[in-house]
Amino acid sequence: MTILIDKKTRILVQGITGREGYFHTQAMLDYGSSVVAGTTPGKGGQEIEGLPVFDSVIEAKEQFPKLNASIIFVPARFAADAATEAVDAGIKVVTVITEHIPIHDEMRFIELARRQGSYVVGPNTPGIISPGQCKLGIMPAHVFTPGRIGLISRSGTLTYEVAASLTDAGFGQSTAIGLGGDPIVGMSFVDALKLFEEDKETDATVLIGEIGGSAEEEAAIFIKENISKPVIAYIAGRTAPKGKRMGHAGAIVSGKTGTADGKIKALRKAGAIVIDRPIDVDEALQKIL
Amino acid sequence: MRLFEYEAKEAFHQVGLPLPPSGLATTAEEAAKIAKELGGPVVIKAQVLAGGRGKAGGIKFADTPNEAKSVAEELLQMTIHEHAVHRVLVEQRLEIQQEIYLGITIDRSQRRPVAICSAMGGVDIEQVAEAHPEKITRFWVDPIFGLRDFEARNIAKNAGFEGKAMIQVADMLLRLWQVFIRNDAELTEINPLIVTTKGEYIAADARLNIDDNSLFRHKTLAERVSSGISEQTELEQRAQKAGMTYVELEGNIGIIGNGAGLVMATMDAVKYYGGAPANFLDVGGGATAERMSQALDIVLSHPDVEAVFINILGGITRCDEIAQGIVDAQPKLPRKVPIVIRMIGTREKEGAAILEAANIPFLDSMDTAAKRVVNLVSEVDSA
Repeated sequence: MTILIDKKTRILVQGITGREGYFHTQAMLDYGSSVVAGTTPGKGGQEIEGLPVFDSVIEAKEQFPKLNASIIFVPARFAADAATEAVDAGIKVVTVITEHIPIHDEMRFIELARRQGSYVVGPNTPGIISPGQCKLGIMPAHVFTPGRIGLISRSGTLTYEVAASLTDAGFGQSTAIGLGGDPIVGMSFVDALKLFEEDKETDATVLIGEIGGSAEEEAAIFIKENISKPVIAYIAGRTAPKGKRMGHAGAIVSGKTGTADGKIKALRKAGAIVIDRPIDVDEALQKIL
Repeated sequence: MRLFEYEAKEAFHQVGLPLPPSGLATTAEEAAKIAKELGGPVVIKAQVLAGGRGKAGGIKFADTPNEAKSVAEELLQMTIHEHAVHRVLVEQRLEIQQEIYLGITIDRSQRRPVAICSAMGGVDIEQVAEAHPEKITRFWVDPIFGLRDFEARNIAKNAGFEGKAMIQVADMLLRLWQVFIRNDAELTEINPLIVTTKGEYIAADARLNIDDNSLFRHKTLAERVSSGISEQTELEQRAQKAGMTYVELEGNIGIIGNGAGLVMATMDAVKYYGGAPANFLDVGGGATAERMSQALDIVLSHPDVEAVFINILGGITRCDEIAQGIVDAQPKLPRKVPIVIRMIGTREKEGAAILEAANIPFLDSMDTAAKRVVNLVSEVDSA
């Protein structure tokens, strides 16, 4: 088992005729993901890589009732509409790759998803991968390998760094999720930890956090009260100064909140093993598994 | 993006929030003229994009146009928290009976706007929030419905306002909500909202921070950004124009990487081995050779940099593009310093071939590379 996506996942690519959408559709197909259709308003009836293109999500859903995941490559100013459309059509896992979506728009479609019982992953995420089964994202697949470790991260390339360390050390992954680098994202550490706790084929979870916000502190409270499986955590940005955005819109230490030290303390107190370097993930896992 | 007080007040004016009569001046003479027109005592406020302005001496009082002139002259020569004062706002002074705080911001963990109200407004609102959290009323607004009239009334009531005052405060809050929505605000505040001795409600100060990602919907503000009124340093602006994120730090090891999280982790690794990062530079996803070459130039334009650590984990980014960028940059670099490269991922072999042909060494472990660059700098320092 994995979480969120597996062999049975049927994927819709929103913005499939764009450069990024097209490129990553090919890459997902190469990996063996079941991409079944795409949308681009005004281009309904065309074909991309042998896949039908529809004007709307609802039309795609009528043709392919088993569609249960979508991935969005639509430009920032139209991406919120695309996400809302997917949630409205009842798609269960909506992955928003697009960066720079206005935060007011994000709040609205994330709220809608919460009401409808869909998961929004992102925005500004590399996506999700259940190695060997399904890739719903833009990550380089070769650093991931099937296994029993869950991976949750706020950062893209850092996920690849840790996944590569895990793979090198012989620890495969059940599912790896990029939560996204924006101040507001749909799926949280808490949501993902809950799913990994319930997954019989995940033995431990690696949590990759960074400065800014309070998602790691909330995860710590949740771990203490609800998680029985081991959690290993790495927090990026220990050396980041206050008041400066470190690339991700969400990565900023403002006032007393959001510091790496605060997050590390909270996670340690909750019983998580906090590592100093991504490379230390191997040793930490060897000790507990 | 943070707006100046006078810009925020323009947005307030558009939704009918009552403001003190005022005028904007760029010279002492203009300030005197505005004071004369307003008649009576005025308050003169430096227009800077920095907090703690009042405590830094950026707000002064004047009773006559002549006094206004000398006060404005003084303010226009000031620098507040490294921001030079180019404009002052001259406003009629108000007779204060009470100061109220009203604010709307975004709560990241709830993923909702939060409206905040306190009957104890003013410069010490943060201390009030710490010492008397019960004096601050918070309400999380449904982002789909928006703030509704009855909710605004409930907020005002919970903050201790009764009868007409409750209706007035609720009305101000609903107008502030309009400011928040119309301007795609990350934060908007009236602090203080003043109740005058005559019982009028007036927004004495205004704060409005706009979500940069929404600027395509706010053309006039977008122009301000492109005209270079900004809180960033020159190198930071140059990087932004090239599609990269650069943040200056205090150390001497230049850092370049792809992806914000990886760059932060790279800084942390350098620090772990006793080094000090001079900057944060994220070349972004899918960087071209051209962009990589610019990144090196920007990092080396900082005079403190004694060595550079390039850490690339290719996903969308291709190692051959990065390698080509490094090679292309060599003859044009402002200075010669040691460069340590760690490069793995997409098109790694092609990238390796390019670097090898140019006799540039590279590593495959971030940890080894961090150790190497820190050692190189300590050798330079001890030489």
